Amino acid sequence: MERREFIALGALLFSPLAHADPQPLRIGLTPTLLHERHALLARWKAYLEPRLGVPVSFVLRDSYSDTMDLIKQRRLDVAWLSDYPYVLMKPHVRLLVTPLKDGRPYYRSYLIVPARDKRTRSLADLEGKIFAYADPYSHTGYLFPRHELAALGKSPKSFFGRTFFTWSHRKAIEAVAQHLADGAAVESYVWDALAREEPRVTGGTRIVSRSREFGFPPLVTLKAFPEKTFQSLRRVLMEMERDVQGREILADLHINGFIPAKPDLYAEVESMARQAGRQDDGAGI
Amino acid sequence: MARVFDLSFRYKIPLWGSVLIAVVALTLTLSFMLQAHDDLKRDMLANSDNLGRVLVKTLYAPMLHDDVWRAYEIVKAPFSAGSPPGSFRAEGLILLDARHEVFVSSQPDSWPMRTPMARLGQAYARLDEKLRAAPKTMAISTEDEGVILLALPMISDDVDIGHLVLVHPAGFYWPRFRELAWRALLITGLVLSVLLPINWYWGRRMAVPVERLAERMDELGKLDPESSPSDDYPYRDELGRLFQAYNRMHAEMAEKATLEQRMVKADRLAALGRLAAGIAHEINNPLGGLMTSLDTVKLHAAPDPVLDRFLPYLERGLAQIRDIVAALLVETKARSRPLAAQDIDDVRTLLAQEAKKRDVEWTWDNRAGDASGLPATLVRQVLINLVLNALQAAGVGGHVLVRCVGSEAGLKLEIENDGAVIPDELMKNLFEPFTGLNEEGHGLGLWVTHQIVEQLGGGIHVESRDGRTRFSVELPKGDCAWQPSASV
Repeated sequence: MERREFIALGALLFSPLAHADPQPLRIGLTPTLLHERHALLARWKAYLEPRLGVPVSFVLRDSYSDTMDLIKQRRLDVAWLSDYPYVLMKPHVRLLVTPLKDGRPYYRSYLIVPARDKRTRSLADLEGKIFAYADPYSHTGYLFPRHELAALGKSPKSFFGRTFFTWSHRKAIEAVAQHLADGAAVESYVWDALAREEPRVTGGTRIVSRSREFGFPPLVTLKAFPEKTFQSLRRVLMEMERDVQGREILADLHINGFIPAKPDLYAEVESMARQAGRQDDGAGI
Repeated sequence: MARVFDLSFRYKIPLWGSVLIAVVALTLTLSFMLQAHDDLKRDMLANSDNLGRVLVKTLYAPMLHDDVWRAYEIVKAPFSAGSPPGSFRAEGLILLDARHEVFVSSQPDSWPMRTPMARLGQAYARLDEKLRAAPKTMAISTEDEGVILLALPMISDDVDIGHLVLVHPAGFYWPRFRELAWRALLITGLVLSVLLPINWYWGRRMAVPVERLAERMDELGKLDPESSPSDDYPYRDELGRLFQAYNRMHAEMAEKATLEQRMVKADRLAALGRLAAGIAHEINNPLGGLMTSLDTVKLHAAPDPVLDRFLPYLERGLAQIRDIVAALLVETKARSRPLAAQDIDDVRTLLAQEAKKRDVEWTWDNRAGDASGLPATLVRQVLINLVLNALQAAGVGGHVLVRCVGSEAGLKLEIENDGAVIPDELMKNLFEPFTGLNEEGHGLGLWVTHQIVEQLGGGIHVESRDGRTRFSVELPKGDCAWQPSASV
């Protein structure tokens, strides 16, 4: 039922209408949308198609892992992935561009608690409490807080009294705002966008701490993606900020533009992922 | 209380009817409302139960997968803003795990996750005991704790995985009930607003004739012969029969009263007649002597200035006494010639001057004939008296009708005028002497007329209404040789 009401980092991929156009470019969108915004995507599609000279279709899925599966099955050409899934998918994909947020290619993890909780100063204060994770493949909403706990010498498995997944950052924010959870870690990009669009939801929460910056979720292509198309796609995306139409679409996506993605942006999350390893897989579904 | 029973039927009947109608209507409404109250509560709990069972099915997967958020979204859904009002009155949902701790609830503030059910409140603790005593069953709490809890078991593969508890505020069915009750009262009000006026109308329809009958019965004592029998109630039910009986009684009493009045009047006139005749007789004898003596004095006494001066006074005084006595005696002695039609015409001729003087238009209808055998002088006197009275009463420009009709039975005289009617108080003593119907005569005219008619064995009566006054005299046939009795 809630699959409809849906959020940012959840994988938003629109099913390709394969039979409609001969060689459509299949793009899986992840981090940018707060809601299903078909009108926005239609505008983006209309913007991209004449510039690329190929039909474009969007593919949307409910969880990070679903999108990752689509990549593995080569049923996508391009995807907008969170950084952690990118690291996990690295063998299959190639970095295309990184969006700019406030002119910089970074985002953070916010530790949030209900607004009525005035006492919590750090993650350590939440021991024994109920904690909401966004998605087992989320960096800011899962990997980072667990990494922090490990750094504090706590076991992520036993530190909290109870944890659960909401499968999206927006819902994690709602879980905290409605006092279902005592805390959650969410993506700065989603919280900030939500604070602008639905301040009543974020008003129920308080940001306890902001993490250091991490590379913004990048757009990637399959390794096998043709070089020529790769280059023209990168150019079209990077030139979006130069015309009015493109800027309007970017503004609705709550970003400023794109720059070529560099692997060092994601070096840190890669090392965190390595540390987390596969040993705490159990926290997944 | 007695005062209530003393009230007029006019109020008592409608009041009783109203009280009965109101009591019946309110009793029906009340019993309907009680029934509706119970039904509503049961129906709404049944609704709740149904909804709970649907929810339970969808909650298995999240429970088994430990997916708190999915479960939360499911238990929250019935309370989201978009759900239709009135369909679901539970206040909240609590999903309990197998250990009877809150797995998730629709209101994390009131029922936080991981709280043991027993610690949520007394009602919850009691329900918890019930559930532990009989797991895998449905349970419902009593209403006395301010909440009604409905717990539905969740059993997977014969394993108890938890319960879904539906929390209803005590009296959760009240808003719906108020709606129903309000509508019921409205309808009752409408029914009453139709029935009460009808009842009031019927009550009055019944009461008013009874009241009027009672009033008439009260008046029966001081019976006014003029009061007409009642036609207030033209129907043939018991009340109608009462009215008929009343009317019969009224008519009989009125007749009796009239008869009595007439007898009293006749007695009085007869007594008066005897008295007047007696006195007149007694006066008449010395009067004759006085008159004779006066003549003797006039003829034979020596001229004397004093006598010359006072004799005329004496003479006039005695003449006046004689006239009055003569009138009282109803002198009828010598002239016993039978009446002829000509006699009536003579009276007309005699009074023509008077009629002209008074400027009265008159009409004569003389069919008296010559066979009545009545004494002419007396009939003429009666006719003269009545016509003179009529001329006087008609006044200037008035009309008088005189009709004399002879028949086998006798003679009938009718004298009619269109002058002022005779006032009631005068009517009672009309035929008594000195009643003074007018200022001109000595007040003996009608009395004398009455005396004569009585002596002739006839009757006289008067009708005076609607601007017409009619004297009717009926005389039986007499014989020519009729003589007045000596005593009169």
